[in-house]
Amino acid sequence: MRRRLLLSGGAGAAVGAVAATVASGRSPDPAAPPSTVDDTGTGVVPFHGPRQAGVSTEPQAHAAFVAFTLHSGTDRAALGRMMRLLSDDASRLTRGVAPLGDTEPELAVLPARLTVTFGFGPGLYAAAGLPSPVAELPPFPIDRLEEAWSGGDLILQICADDPLTVTHAQRMLVKDTRPFAAVRWVQRGFRRSRGAQAPTHTQRNVMGQLDGTANPRDAALETAVWAGDATTLVVRRIRADLERWDLLSAADKEQAVGRRLGSGAPLTGTRELDEPDFAAVNAAGLRVMPDFAHVTRARVTDDRLRILRRPYNYDHSVDAAGRPDTGLVFASYQSDVERQFVPIQRRLAEMDLLNEWVTPVGSAVFAVPPGCPEGGWIGSALLS
Amino acid sequence: MRTPCIPRRGIAVLAAAAALSLGACGSSDDTAAATPTASPAAALTVRDPWVKAADSGMTAAFAVLANDSDTDVTVTAVTSPASPMELHEMAMQEGKMVMRPKAGGFVVKAHGTHELSPGGDHLMLMQPSAPIKPGDRVAFTLTLADGRSVAFTAVAKPFAGAGESYAPGMHG
Repeated sequence: MRRRLLLSGGAGAAVGAVAATVASGRSPDPAAPPSTVDDTGTGVVPFHGPRQAGVSTEPQAHAAFVAFTLHSGTDRAALGRMMRLLSDDASRLTRGVAPLGDTEPELAVLPARLTVTFGFGPGLYAAAGLPSPVAELPPFPIDRLEEAWSGGDLILQICADDPLTVTHAQRMLVKDTRPFAAVRWVQRGFRRSRGAQAPTHTQRNVMGQLDGTANPRDAALETAVWAGDATTLVVRRIRADLERWDLLSAADKEQAVGRRLGSGAPLTGTRELDEPDFAAVNAAGLRVMPDFAHVTRARVTDDRLRILRRPYNYDHSVDAAGRPDTGLVFASYQSDVERQFVPIQRRLAEMDLLNEWVTPVGSAVFAVPPGCPEGGWIGSALLS
Repeated sequence: MRTPCIPRRGIAVLAAAAALSLGACGSSDDTAAATPTASPAAALTVRDPWVKAADSGMTAAFAVLANDSDTDVTVTAVTSPASPMELHEMAMQEGKMVMRPKAGGFVVKAHGTHELSPGGDHLMLMQPSAPIKPGDRVAFTLTLADGRSVAFTAVAKPFAGAGESYAPGMHG
């Protein structure tokens, strides 16, 4: 039964070979991929290319955002050595190959669409003696930022459809970064498991809302995200007050957001991707899409001003009273932070009813340099 | 040049390796951090070389040596501009693991591989003239029994293990 299930998969021949090895009483190669029932574990997203992976890549189920503070002696030459090491590690790990000196090579064999995306913060440019293309966000009145989740000279966005793959990649990459930088913060996040829903589904956050419906797609994504082959990344940690959110009726929640909770449709439509009609009024003469609704405040009509939301949920410890520490690791990609992200955030900060239940507690901004070809390394054009 | 794709584990798993390790074989092309090169006639290729970074004192280099020829190849010596070098093995002596020069060098069987790894055979840098920093590239040249040589470059990695290479005979 099990064998038939396995052999019906795409890796039938390979699985057969493993089965034969096991049947003959020899132990299988510890570094060879174990048999799998589908391609979730073996999926590969190419690391090399003109643009870094992990941006327009269909979001994987699990993520670790790892930010670093450079040691004081880490200069441009050291940054080059660091990025050469990390790029080599990433190029191997993303193929399911153990990095050099991997002490747990058997954990490297299932890449599960692993991507490692590198971002450079303002402090990295300063250390390299270069002008920074990005700056920290201006303060917003809704911010309650904590040092523990803010800033960073370097970020690694490590994403895969398997959490153990993320953990191993994080461990290897942190070990090779350690001579150059200290870990500043780590934010782990998750979405629905791979296969639980169609790949094109919109992420649902811990408040129950669909999140990312308005994401740019295709040509609009190209326009919004990429400046040549580079982009920028904003990581905001958004704490959700679920205890107070619980006090709202479903209708109130939908008013706060401007979308139906079930379908994700705007209050003026019936399907998730229907365009909201911000002019529509009800019998009482009030706008159907309230002015204070999140969707109304965040709306952008010009593709060049949109942002690519690539958020992950977080859900940490629950206290003795049952109150969760949960929310969103809100990752946003855009070609220009000032032109795209800041105006949206400013409108949300001014008047978004959702602010009653969500609080930004972390914030960091990074430039995402172009990708690299086989044999190259990320940041080489900048740091060579 | 393209390094040969040889399953690096034992014969017992050749079938599985052949079926499953296409990705791993692909990695042998990955010379991002190190570029093994061989003199035209040398049958030996050096795969995935790396050296343990060290601020001071002895350290070691590791790699997979692959012999694509029909005859055994013996590595008799190694040199590097970075340090005086020795070929070392780990061996049990009087109840404890110590490292010592490898008598007769490293023999790489015909169409076989020989892994140099922490805790096993390795290339010992006896006294580096300068710190070997993480990400540094260190040049090495292997001398073979037939007089030919194989040059390669290894990237330096931070590595906590391989401590036995540093203090032979000392208690942990």
